[in-house]
Amino acid sequence: MAFDYEKYLRMEKIPHLWCPGCGIGVVLKSMLRAIDNLDWHRDDTAFVSGIGCTSRAPGYIDCNTLHTTHGRGLTFATGIKMAKPDKNVVIFSGDGDATAIGGNHFIHACRRNIDMTLIIVNNNIYGMTGGQHSPTTPIGFKASTTIYGNIDPSFDICLLARAAGATYVARSTVNNGRTLEKYIQKGLANKGFSVIEAVSNCHTQFGRKNNMSDPISSRKWIKDREIPLAKARSMKADDLKNMVITGEFISEESDMERWENYNRALEEYTKAYGDLIKKVKKKK
Amino acid sequence: MKQNHYEARFAGVGGQGVILAGKILAYGMVNYEECQALQTPTYTAQVRGGPTKVDVVIDKKHIEYPRTENIDFFLSLHQKAFDLYFTDLKDDAIVVIDPNLTQHIPKDIPQQVFVVDLVEIAKKEMGNPLYAMVLAVGFFAGVTKLIKNKNVQKSVIDNAPKGTEVENLKAVRIGFALAKEALKRKEDLVRLTLKDIDKNKL
Amino acid sequence: MKKNIKFYSGAELVAKAAIDAGCRFFGGYPITPSSEIAEHMSKELPKVGGTFIQMEDEIAAMGSIIGASLAGVKSLTATSGPGFSLKQENLGYAYMAEVPCVICNVMRGGPSTGLPTALAQADIMQAKWGTHGDHPVIALTPAYLEEVYELTIKAFNFSEMYRIPVIILLDELIAHLSTAIELPDKDLLVIKNRKGPTVKPEKYFPYDTAYGDVPPMADFFKGYRYHVTGLSHDKTGFPTTDPDLVQADQERHIRKVNANKGKIIDFEYYKMRDADIVIFAYGSTSRAARVAIDKARKLGIKVGMMRLRVIWPLPEAEILKLCSKVKAIIVPEMNLGQLSNVIEKFAADRTKIVGINHVGGVPIHPSNILDVIKEVK
Repeated sequence: MAFDYEKYLRMEKIPHLWCPGCGIGVVLKSMLRAIDNLDWHRDDTAFVSGIGCTSRAPGYIDCNTLHTTHGRGLTFATGIKMAKPDKNVVIFSGDGDATAIGGNHFIHACRRNIDMTLIIVNNNIYGMTGGQHSPTTPIGFKASTTIYGNIDPSFDICLLARAAGATYVARSTVNNGRTLEKYIQKGLANKGFSVIEAVSNCHTQFGRKNNMSDPISSRKWIKDREIPLAKARSMKADDLKNMVITGEFISEESDMERWENYNRALEEYTKAYGDLIKKVKKKK
Repeated sequence: MKQNHYEARFAGVGGQGVILAGKILAYGMVNYEECQALQTPTYTAQVRGGPTKVDVVIDKKHIEYPRTENIDFFLSLHQKAFDLYFTDLKDDAIVVIDPNLTQHIPKDIPQQVFVVDLVEIAKKEMGNPLYAMVLAVGFFAGVTKLIKNKNVQKSVIDNAPKGTEVENLKAVRIGFALAKEALKRKEDLVRLTLKDIDKNKL
Repeated sequence: MKKNIKFYSGAELVAKAAIDAGCRFFGGYPITPSSEIAEHMSKELPKVGGTFIQMEDEIAAMGSIIGASLAGVKSLTATSGPGFSLKQENLGYAYMAEVPCVICNVMRGGPSTGLPTALAQADIMQAKWGTHGDHPVIALTPAYLEEVYELTIKAFNFSEMYRIPVIILLDELIAHLSTAIELPDKDLLVIKNRKGPTVKPEKYFPYDTAYGDVPPMADFFKGYRYHVTGLSHDKTGFPTTDPDLVQADQERHIRKVNANKGKIIDFEYYKMRDADIVIFAYGSTSRAARVAIDKARKLGIKVGMMRLRVIWPLPEAEILKLCSKVKAIIVPEMNLGQLSNVIEKFAADRTKIVGINHVGGVPIHPSNILDVIKEVK
């Protein structure tokens, strides 16, 4: 039986504002299936976002939804989660929103390991503001503010999240909806901060400036660069330039005792704070 | 309290317990002497070792202007603090200094000066120079008679960190006894050490 | 011994009052001279099961308190000049989305890093116009320690009653002043809480003006599943660009406060009955003014004071009356004329406005004010 997306959508808000062929819809649908798999209740779930194309996603979901200021979705979400630790909080963000203007909040949410899930739709560009280059625009590519070719190096969002302390980090692309669903579901289930990067196409703003102005060529460009993490591990850095390394960068199956994890949070943040309250009250 | 309005300043360097002294005095005045009292500490970026003071404005009635203007009592545990905060004193103010850390005071100042071995006594009798400021509050009480000895002691119990009560109360008593001795002297500059009091009478 | 007497600083009283008003969330970031408020909250909130979180920056702190409030928890942040500047965008969000919360700004000298540890009243206009766009403002200026407690509770009440962020503009001098004071009996406090919806979720709109200018607010996770945005929105909470709806909504925001001005404006007259010179003051500066007035009265000068406990909204009608009644209004401020410029506009040419403006970090002394009183006499 086909999945009933309407159960989770505010159908009166459809059609959405995204361009035909935009990848954000794939991510949204993967998210809704993941929620359904986990049997999350709409009343107990909040979707929070900042500013940008991706940040419009919560508006379409029939839950408690909050569309905030540019880059700051995580800060509002942290307030919600700390106020109601037993509720589910999910944040939608784009590459510019999460890693440029909201970069500080991003690394600190990872560091706290607070039980929320951040979905970053990475389309390598600022879409809504008109195609300016973002912290993930590859070198040499064009944007409305890099018409001579971009010279800014990129962030690897997953490596950043991993280094900052997130306890579930995975990347897939909008070419693989089922994998996205699986990763998102694992992220939602993880008791800690989870980051799922969904590499997506923006044929309108990114594609048009870089000779792939239709959804198909845009997505093919992504598809051709996908390399599974296991394979990437045996490759040289030079051969991985501008590639999309997909897979789970850290999960409960990862070896948490490896040296890279020496500073990782031992506990989820709301639990740690709950324990602190208990300790203080006992002393009193 | 005889006077309607009184201004006291306790000065030292950061870490000498200046704030606690102000708190003990202000709290004691409000809670046990039916006065109003406002305490203002110096507020700077430098915490340890920098000159610091606490001003306590005391009044029988409501205090409108919270800052000191005409200081009646000035006590300094350190030269740096003395040099910086020896201002706005009345001519008939009482000045108390510790001779170990404050060697130079201007000649021919009009105020009555008491040179008291506060830090040395604190070290010897309480085992820690930190008690010098509580000694100072005891001395203040004895010399100004603004607050009763027993009320300083009550305020000390209310405000001193747990576990330090015994030493703090002893410090108040020694300070008070020193003050009693000080008031007997007639010189412009009075020097006092532990030898000047009878410890058995504390 | 008095019963509920304890030793408090102004900063401690903000924290104490917040908790007594029902605040259970503090999101903050260290900044001089307001950090003591965060420190007290970090100590006291866990005792009552509330949340203290030190966020990664000022912006995050502001975001976190809005989030917590939407989840139904009364929330506070504290900051000072530069931090208040950083908070402005999210403060605007709270105005736009109508989320109750309280911001205590212990003012310091500016612009920029300015005088971090010194007294200033530098943010009178930042509180009014700091964020972009038009919005109502409620800002309180306590001058006494007892008033810090009283007005902090009032700030929470206003924020809950009008669904609006409320600003406490606290003077550094008051924040770090301490004494032993007796607080009012907790059972006698008037505590207001936001009005929740009375209808079923299907019938609920987050910005429904059918209930007046302050729409009932559903907390998140209570089954109402609505949308909140900083974009201009209609009554459903979803974005709209309809000029009439946008216009009406912005006007309603202003009206929320303006129409309730009678309940919000709060000032005190001192020796005003026969005064022909008036000192117009707020915060710690008003205390120096009061001393100066008492001295001037002894010299036979008829001078009084109008002291603002709530600085925004201004008591405009009363100021206008004053302007046509007295021969001079003296405005002492720890800034270069932020409020006196406004009063001048009210005065037109009907009375003389004289500012006393100190920005060096040293409080205005009663004698400074007395000198000016003598001059204008």
